[in-house]
Amino acid sequence: MSPEKMVHMANQIATFFKTQPGGDQAARIAAHLTDYWEPRMLDQLHAHVDAGGKGLDDLVIAAETEIVKTHIRA
Amino acid sequence: MKDLIIPNDRDMGTPAKTGAPVTLEIDGMAVTVPEGTSVLRAAAEAGIQIPKLCASDNLEAFGSCRLCVVEIEGRRGTPASCTTPVTPGMVVHTGSSKVRKIRKGVMELYISDHPLDCLTCSANGDCELQDMAGAVGLRDVRYEAPENGGMVNHFEARNTSGEANPEWLPKDDSNPYFSYDPSKCIVCNRCVRACEEVQGTFALTIQGRGFDSRVSAGNAGDDFLASDCVSCGACVQACPTATLQEKSIIEMGTPDRSVVTTCAYCGVGCSFKAEMNGDELVRMVPYKHGKANRGHSCVKGRFAYGYAHHKDRILKPMIRDRITDPWREVEWDEALSFAASKMRGLQETYGKKSIGVITSSRCTNEETYLVQKLARAVFGNNNTDTCARVCHSPTGYGLGQTFGTSAGTQDFDSVEQTDVVVVIGANPTDGHPVFASRLKKRLREGAKLIVVDPRRIDLVKSAHVAASHHLPLRPGTNVAVVSALAHVIVTEGLINEEFIRARCDWDEFQHYAEFISNPRHSPEATAMLTGVDPAELRAAARLFATGGNGSIYYGLGVTEHSQGSTTVMGIANLAMLTGNMGRPGVGVNPLRGQNNVQGACDMGSFPHELPGYRHVKGPEVRKVFEEAWDVQIDAEPGLRIPNMLDAAVDGTFKGLYCQGEDILQSDPDTKHVAAGLAAMECIIVHDLFLNETANYAHVFLPGSTFLEKDGTFTNAERRINRVRKVIPPLNGYADWEITQMLANAMGAGWTYAHPARIMEEIAATTPSFAGVDYALLEEKGSVQWPCNEAHPEGMPLMHIDAFMRGKGRFIVTEYVATDEKTGPRFPLLLTTGRILSQYNVGAQTRRTDNVVWHEEDLLEIHPHDAEVRGLKDGDWVRLASRAGETTLRAKLTDRVSPGVVYTTFHHPDTQANVITTDYSDWATNCPEYKVTAVQISLSNGPTDWQEDYAAQAAQARRILPAAE
Repeated sequence: MSPEKMVHMANQIATFFKTQPGGDQAARIAAHLTDYWEPRMLDQLHAHVDAGGKGLDDLVIAAETEIVKTHIRA
Repeated sequence: MKDLIIPNDRDMGTPAKTGAPVTLEIDGMAVTVPEGTSVLRAAAEAGIQIPKLCASDNLEAFGSCRLCVVEIEGRRGTPASCTTPVTPGMVVHTGSSKVRKIRKGVMELYISDHPLDCLTCSANGDCELQDMAGAVGLRDVRYEAPENGGMVNHFEARNTSGEANPEWLPKDDSNPYFSYDPSKCIVCNRCVRACEEVQGTFALTIQGRGFDSRVSAGNAGDDFLASDCVSCGACVQACPTATLQEKSIIEMGTPDRSVVTTCAYCGVGCSFKAEMNGDELVRMVPYKHGKANRGHSCVKGRFAYGYAHHKDRILKPMIRDRITDPWREVEWDEALSFAASKMRGLQETYGKKSIGVITSSRCTNEETYLVQKLARAVFGNNNTDTCARVCHSPTGYGLGQTFGTSAGTQDFDSVEQTDVVVVIGANPTDGHPVFASRLKKRLREGAKLIVVDPRRIDLVKSAHVAASHHLPLRPGTNVAVVSALAHVIVTEGLINEEFIRARCDWDEFQHYAEFISNPRHSPEATAMLTGVDPAELRAAARLFATGGNGSIYYGLGVTEHSQGSTTVMGIANLAMLTGNMGRPGVGVNPLRGQNNVQGACDMGSFPHELPGYRHVKGPEVRKVFEEAWDVQIDAEPGLRIPNMLDAAVDGTFKGLYCQGEDILQSDPDTKHVAAGLAAMECIIVHDLFLNETANYAHVFLPGSTFLEKDGTFTNAERRINRVRKVIPPLNGYADWEITQMLANAMGAGWTYAHPARIMEEIAATTPSFAGVDYALLEEKGSVQWPCNEAHPEGMPLMHIDAFMRGKGRFIVTEYVATDEKTGPRFPLLLTTGRILSQYNVGAQTRRTDNVVWHEEDLLEIHPHDAEVRGLKDGDWVRLASRAGETTLRAKLTDRVSPGVVYTTFHHPDTQANVITTDYSDWATNCPEYKVTAVQISLSNGPTDWQEDYAAQAAQARRILPAAE
């Protein structure tokens, strides 16, 4: 997937959760990503964040950090 | 062995009623029936068949034939029993010598103007006129033409002197499926009434009076094809004689047995009787005890089954090493071992997750279950998705989040009790015609209609039906419109607070109420972006909130957007705000596209969910299947269809088993799909025809049609209906057998002997199906899931006392403009849809006579947009977006607003999906088919892309002659 498409998709998810009440948006984005994104898509996200995260919404970056911390691969 | 069902189809004469019990006496027998029942029906309930011609139990009594006359003690004369309601203590005599004499006289008059060619008549053996002549004992016809008065009948073309009979009319064979022979008409009016009452099209009428009375389609000069007739077949079914007759009956003779099965077209899931003559299918007739369709049908299910025997159908497996090679026909063993070794080889080279499956929403539950099991248990990954991804995945997400279950809340019968219907992004008269007929019936009874759609769909205004409000929004602004409706309901104090307090999460509601009350959601504030008149929108919101039972029906115009899931949640909010949930006549009702979209989703086709909508991350859920299948199940979600294609282009996804789905034609951004397919090393297409995807395939496994296998489909109302084998599979195997053979070629060791065994496994592993088995379906006809210990006979209505998830959740629905925006290069918005006569990519319907109604995809353009570009009706136009371009013919119409163009995607030569982009729903990746920024201009003919595509397709479809 092109980085632009991946960034677009991740930001779309962030855009939705940003509008939701509560202070746990990053965690909810992280949960959505781990629930629906296949590992190689998450890998692409991690790689993109590691490379500076160009174009990604701040909340996606926060969510990515959350995923790295909490998502243990089976 | 075949399942033979002999349905009890006795016509009871007039419709069933539901009043308080009334007891009367008929021919000495006490009979108790509901108040309002006719004497004719009461007699039928008691087993007494009063002769009749113009009455039928799917039509209101008409009282014209005078054959059903009876004597009632204490009443004068001989009233027609069909129009006489029962009263307590009434004493009826149905067979007195007086009424017998009257009936014989009536029949004598009928027969005096009817040809006596019974032996060679196509209705011979299936003619009510013939039956009634026998029943009344007619032996003689005394009426003759006067000696010098010319002809006095309608059925002889010329008199004995060779002079033309002006009363005679020729047969109308214009409809491809049935013929109209006026010479056999008895003017009973049943066809006209069926067209009005059952179908709701009002295409037929009786022209002239008295002896000149004639059934007429459309206006003077119209034939059936030129008229408004939608070829649903209701008139043919209603006709008691050979006047309106299926051409298949005329050719093949009357059937001798029938098997009840389920239509394989749209998500309504109509029950049909497949009527057979030996092993030949003679006709499909809607089954009156079918609970989705209640005896009605549309042109697709009723007539468009000829594709099963079309010459394009592939019946032998085929393989090739490269997609540039011609196909080579081989035996099943060779094809399966070729496929299995390729797929295993890919896994060895590129890893376990380098291959996957696409299950079909057209195949049975059992077949779908096996295909996803193939991925999970044999491939060892979760790379399974279904075409529901590209239609209703946002429904799954949205309703799952708000109500706790991914399904419509009602049965179709519910529409009979609705008072206000909101139809959003759906075009039922084309996409779900039988539901549309049921809806229109309710609208004619007085229910109100609100249509939210960019196009002026037929429901907005058609015969005896008109929407109270049509909100013609700009494509892509669904959330803004739905939120504005909610804004009006909340700010004008029209909410059902009692319902919300009792049934929903109150804290979430309060947050939502604060959000939605903000003036930025008001119809006035959003009008600039939605294009909807704020006053109309306010009136619509008030009507929905205060008009009684409010129901919402929606389709792909809601889901196939960047904010598809958000709109679904917005719709759920509207239902909860107004308390329209948990009783007949209300609810949220997704109209599913294909026959088994619901089932495919239920059966665990999605990469993140095991059967029954349970996420693969749950160890307890995985354990159920790990024990049943004796394998380890991957805890990570797999790839969705668009992700598979992306991964293929990236080089990490190499092999695909695609059952009954044509992703190249049906998925958006054709060029990207083609690039993904071309990058794979093994594509197994399992289908009836060499579809567009097969141009890129290495293995072709010929599939079976719904006529050739056993199984179940689950329709849009969660109804599990049986599909029954009526002819043996022409390709040799039912699809579930083929998947099993492929799995076994890969070492699975499956031993299912019948789909019933597969259903047993589904029931054993999936709580909402726990009570489903073939014996129950045989007994009940159908059941609606959940069907388990708590609901042993299934559940027609959901969320009655509480939502499946407990408290209903109000979710904030902020409008976000799609990134697909118009601009100077692409100033128009393209939206897509369907047409009545064609289905999906048209693979089936294009191979039937349905093409007479729609032989090509047309581009609907508003006359204003056409004029500024110098386009005329019928011109070739070039349609271009940032994704690609194609050409098709223009149709000028004010059904679309200025700035919006519309087309269908039924034909591969047009390839509307060359134009659509890869934008998708934020939550589910459901593609945004409904909004594409485009430009149109005059064109000379097909684009280079279309020509190259056609050349590649022709090249890819070559088949080598079989080796001797």
